[in-house]
Amino acid sequence: MTPLLEVRGLTVRYERQTAVDDVSFIINDGDYAAVVGENGSGKSTLVKSLVGLIPPAAGEIIMHGTEKSEIGYLPQSTIVQKDFPASVTEVVMTGCLGRGQRFWPFYTKEQKRTAADTMELLGVTPFAKKSFRELSGGQQQRVLLARALCATKKLLILDEPASVLDPVVTHELYGILHRLNEERGITVLMVSHDIHCALEQAKTILHMGQNLLYCGSAEEYHHTELYRRMTGSCGDMPHSHTHHNVHHVAQAHSDMQAHSDAHSHTAAQEHTDHHTDGEAAT
Amino acid sequence: MTAMFEQLEILFSYVFIQRALVVGILVSLCAALLGINLVLRRFSMIGDGLSHVGFGALALAAVLGLAPLAVAIPVVIVAAFFMLWLNERGHMQGDAAIAILSSSALAIGVLITACTTGMNTDLNSYMFGSVLAISEGDMVLSIVVSVVVLLLYAFCYHPLFSVTFDENFARATGTRANLYNLLLSLLTALTVVTGMRLMGTLLISPLIIFPALTAMRVCKSYRGVVICSMVTSVFCFVSGLVLSFLFSLPTGATIVVVNLACFLVFSAAGALRKN
Repeated sequence: MTPLLEVRGLTVRYERQTAVDDVSFIINDGDYAAVVGENGSGKSTLVKSLVGLIPPAAGEIIMHGTEKSEIGYLPQSTIVQKDFPASVTEVVMTGCLGRGQRFWPFYTKEQKRTAADTMELLGVTPFAKKSFRELSGGQQQRVLLARALCATKKLLILDEPASVLDPVVTHELYGILHRLNEERGITVLMVSHDIHCALEQAKTILHMGQNLLYCGSAEEYHHTELYRRMTGSCGDMPHSHTHHNVHHVAQAHSDMQAHSDAHSHTAAQEHTDHHTDGEAAT
Repeated sequence: MTAMFEQLEILFSYVFIQRALVVGILVSLCAALLGINLVLRRFSMIGDGLSHVGFGALALAAVLGLAPLAVAIPVVIVAAFFMLWLNERGHMQGDAAIAILSSSALAIGVLITACTTGMNTDLNSYMFGSVLAISEGDMVLSIVVSVVVLLLYAFCYHPLFSVTFDENFARATGTRANLYNLLLSLLTALTVVTGMRLMGTLLISPLIIFPALTAMRVCKSYRGVVICSMVTSVFCFVSGLVLSFLFSLPTGATIVVVNLACFLVFSAAGALRKN
């Protein structure tokens, strides 16, 4: 297992508040990691900082064997795109911009081939000529995933990819991500508000609450107090994010502080162990 | 019918009309292209604000006895960067800040003109444009500026699209979004100043906004919008100019009304296609 993304003592301030506080972890090549936590726990801020949208106040983000600009990023959906006239191909092609001449009005053959292959892989080709704004939510996410995939060979970072999708389409999207991870060896780092889906999908869980409260295998996460709190307060209603949870987070935060400090240090080690186990099993 | 063609022949034989055509077609092309990005990024107000700042700058140039465009171009460029900054920082609400800036510049411009030359035809031609206002020097400068705008736009076509569609993704994959934002405001400033003499302070911003909106009614792809808005922009300009001559109407206003008609027709076509 080789490390791909290494984060050391990362602190990020957003709107004059510390949203991410002294977070360290390592994501290995081929991993599938889910960042979970309550609303406002710094999940999105962490990811935005990883892809270079918010500069860190302290700490380091180190990429091993790939450039930061080669991260495939799937942002949360924005309002602008809702009525944007652009064909699916045009949208996917923007993912290839990093692969060639920027200051040139034409794409190269290689860029076009990359886009075509990626669209084929994600089943986007049938609506390649359609307008992006006419697609369903699930199709749009698939197109944006294709764009992200064009931009990377190794690492996909997704910010709440399923937040606007219905359950069936969500399932389909997770299926695609699973395939990319297993068959193509693409490392996935995903922010998710749905703890159950995250646990079902991911090999590694990062639980954020300003600090990193947990970093380790998904299996072990089941046995933590954090897991019981997350599912205890919203287990029956996976989509409710009401503010009554905030109280629990604050408690969890202080309760788990000591545990997480101990845990973070050994996380990378455990992490590796877990993967070796996983490989032996398969 | 033949009488009409004769009239057109006379029209195009005038040197000032030829100049207006050359400058107008080039400015229409630039405005149509930039308008797409401005409209889609919710920056439409910047074009309007810049033209008012441009008016203030022209009035100032007249008082100081300097070449109008030599003063207006740098002033409007600075204003464009300032508006972009206001929009991003959000110290004040971006649109409110732009409204304050533009109306203040307009008011100061009116005061300067009134104090020095009185409310005369000069002011009127600044406000509503004039095909007579373009000197040969203006035309040469306009051609240079327009060609620069068109070339820069063509070479940055893809990154500009990427930044417009999804700034966060563009930045994450290494596109320097801030640079392209600056470029967009720079090009807009140049286009507004160049087109201002012809269209008038009050009527230049429709030239930026209308073609993009019109094209978006029917086109499904970005490239389609780009081509369609360039074509409609030039078509509306030329037919507006001709109509204004044939019926002795003010040129700028006629061009805007033709643009409006075009927009309505395309809207209807778009609605029909959906049903």
